[in-house]
Amino acid sequence: MVKKGRIVTFFIIVIALASLIAFTIKDITSDIKLGLDLQGGFEVLYDVEPAQEGQEINKELLNSTVSALYERINVLGVSEPSVTIEGNDRIRVQLAGVKDQNQARDILSTQAELSFRTTDDKKQMDGTDLKEGASKVVFEKNQPVVQVTLKHPEEFANITRKIKDMPFPENRLVIWLDYEKGDSYKEELKKPEGERKFISDPQVTQVLSQNQVIITGPPFKVEEAQNLADLLNAGSLPVKLKEIYSTSVGAQFGEQALDKTVVAGYIGIGLIFLFMMLYYRFPGVIAVITLSVYIYLILLVFDWMNAVLTLPGIAALVLGVGMAVDANIITYERIKEEIRTGKSMLSAFKAGSRRSFATILDANITTVIAGGVLFIYGTSAVKGFAVMLITSILVSFITAVWGSRLLLGLWVKSRALNKKPGYFGVKESEIDEL
Amino acid sequence: MNFNTRDIDFDFVKHRKKFFMFSLILFVLGAIVLGVFGLNLGIDFSSGTRVDVQAGQSLTVEEVNNEFEELGLDPEEVTLAGDNNEIGVARFIGVLSKDEIAEVKSYFNEKYGSEPNISTVSPQVGKELAKNAFIAVVIASIGIIIYVAIRFEWLQGLAAIVALFHDAFLIIAVFSILQLEVNITFIAAVLTIVGYSINDTIVTFDRIRENMKFEKKVKTFEDIARIVNASLVQTLARSINTVLTVIFAAAALMIFGGEAIRTFSIALLIGLVAGTYSSLFIASQLWAVWKGKQLEKKRFKPAENEG
Repeated sequence: MVKKGRIVTFFIIVIALASLIAFTIKDITSDIKLGLDLQGGFEVLYDVEPAQEGQEINKELLNSTVSALYERINVLGVSEPSVTIEGNDRIRVQLAGVKDQNQARDILSTQAELSFRTTDDKKQMDGTDLKEGASKVVFEKNQPVVQVTLKHPEEFANITRKIKDMPFPENRLVIWLDYEKGDSYKEELKKPEGERKFISDPQVTQVLSQNQVIITGPPFKVEEAQNLADLLNAGSLPVKLKEIYSTSVGAQFGEQALDKTVVAGYIGIGLIFLFMMLYYRFPGVIAVITLSVYIYLILLVFDWMNAVLTLPGIAALVLGVGMAVDANIITYERIKEEIRTGKSMLSAFKAGSRRSFATILDANITTVIAGGVLFIYGTSAVKGFAVMLITSILVSFITAVWGSRLLLGLWVKSRALNKKPGYFGVKESEIDEL
Repeated sequence: MNFNTRDIDFDFVKHRKKFFMFSLILFVLGAIVLGVFGLNLGIDFSSGTRVDVQAGQSLTVEEVNNEFEELGLDPEEVTLAGDNNEIGVARFIGVLSKDEIAEVKSYFNEKYGSEPNISTVSPQVGKELAKNAFIAVVIASIGIIIYVAIRFEWLQGLAAIVALFHDAFLIIAVFSILQLEVNITFIAAVLTIVGYSINDTIVTFDRIRENMKFEKKVKTFEDIARIVNASLVQTLARSINTVLTVIFAAAALMIFGGEAIRTFSIALLIGLVAGTYSSLFIASQLWAVWKGKQLEKKRFKPAENEG
């Protein structure tokens, strides 16, 4: 006698899962963040060097550099920036989907230390004397200029008084961005206009006591002026950054890689599904159901973790399907073996499930160990791969072991499969007489 | 398309010396090739700059060289990639400066309407990457040996690790023969194979562990050999089917996955074949030999073992 209730339960579960997947998959896939290799963007590894002599590179300094970098990235409007400290003196910046890579790179590594100096390069004021967040672009005679606001206008009055009294041509206030030791105003003057390192050198003819100062620049373009204002608002970096590794992916390259890998993924997974159904027959169909749920869950978990999907990550996902299939294969082979010894369908199913569990557990744990080490020691791309691999194994354990057992169990316990070893790909002739 | 594994009459253990010999020859050949040709290291592991230009039309090496000349740059080597040679890959020995990168990007973006990929690596970072990957494999191996020693026995852990290095080495040797570029995704592939190889070997060892429990007395090498053989035959269908499914996935990635993932999938394919071979023909047989020696010692020195 066949217990129809269990078969009905099976179909209810399958239909519920199918509709859940159909209704939510679009939102989930569109929510997943893509790495820079899949949408274009760049990654730079900086060596952090002291900006001043005797400055010690420590955790605190690195942390403040990281927050300064985040401030600057905000200016760029990148949605998922990642800035991480590596080792004792390195910072890795990953910007996916940034529109103008050249501009982004400039904005990131400029130290942005503004200084006001005399013509003999003595510092009078610097960026710390500026009111934070108050720099902006204004237009003077249709020309974009940068307006900054001072904290102490009286100090500025003193400086301008001093410079005003200097003889021509020394009565100039030289404005520098990232003045480096050894730079000299007089040397720069010898260079043709446009190649000079300082921003501008206005002549001072009267005492200026207002709190707003205009930097006219060597005529700025609008975006140059905007960049400078943004940089001044974001604050200067406390250190110097030297690029030691960089990789950038053009947006078109990224999109193409995504499209092709997704197509390849579909084909690979399709082949696996086909093989499972042809070889394992009825349990193979169950495997296809649980594998679909597995892929859905992986994407869901990935979305929840706010993780970034990279190219190696997709590879790990496809490989994870292989691992999940393995768990199914181990179980089904075991059940087939038990059927061949002449056991009833129910006891073959029970024995096969129980015996395969330890095997799957041990095999998966060893792979998780390998994945864990990869995560700890790997750099960005390898790390993404490791995260995906570990997630895959954990999720595959749930779907391939528990899910398959539940769904197949409903059928076996319904007795509908009794005396039908062909459904498992076992021939009657292979079964031992008891 | 079905086979009953109980009908398979093949002695996996008897022919072990041939398998060991085969692997040894492969190993020596691989070492020679590696010594003579070395690896085609991508800039990830050496240093320099790599620029990938996508033109949207077929390119020639000369064209790409000319383009760079326009920019005042002199690539060390230019190769073509992509299905229709529409991608030009230029390698430079030095690290291009930030300004040069900006110039290259805008030049090609204007010319072909596609922003090039540019990577730069300083020598120091390249060395670290290779070193870290090696350390990662060693640490993973130690972790695996410890786990296997607890759940199984340490001799099996050792045999699994030998199989693992066997597979990793074969991938490296094939990459040396074909002079395929070794980049960071290659490391990811080797590490995947490390995980897969372990997984595969463990499943066989698990069956050996189970079959050992059913045996009343395991005293001689012959006993061990019989158990190992039975276990390998019993798990054969699983070993082959699993590797087949993963090969489907890896082959699809290789054929349809595009340039960026090709190295990865080729390395994966080689590793899968090597991994299956080592699980079927090397790991268990090695363990059988070692275990046999251990048993022999026990038989001749019973007092020592009891004390």
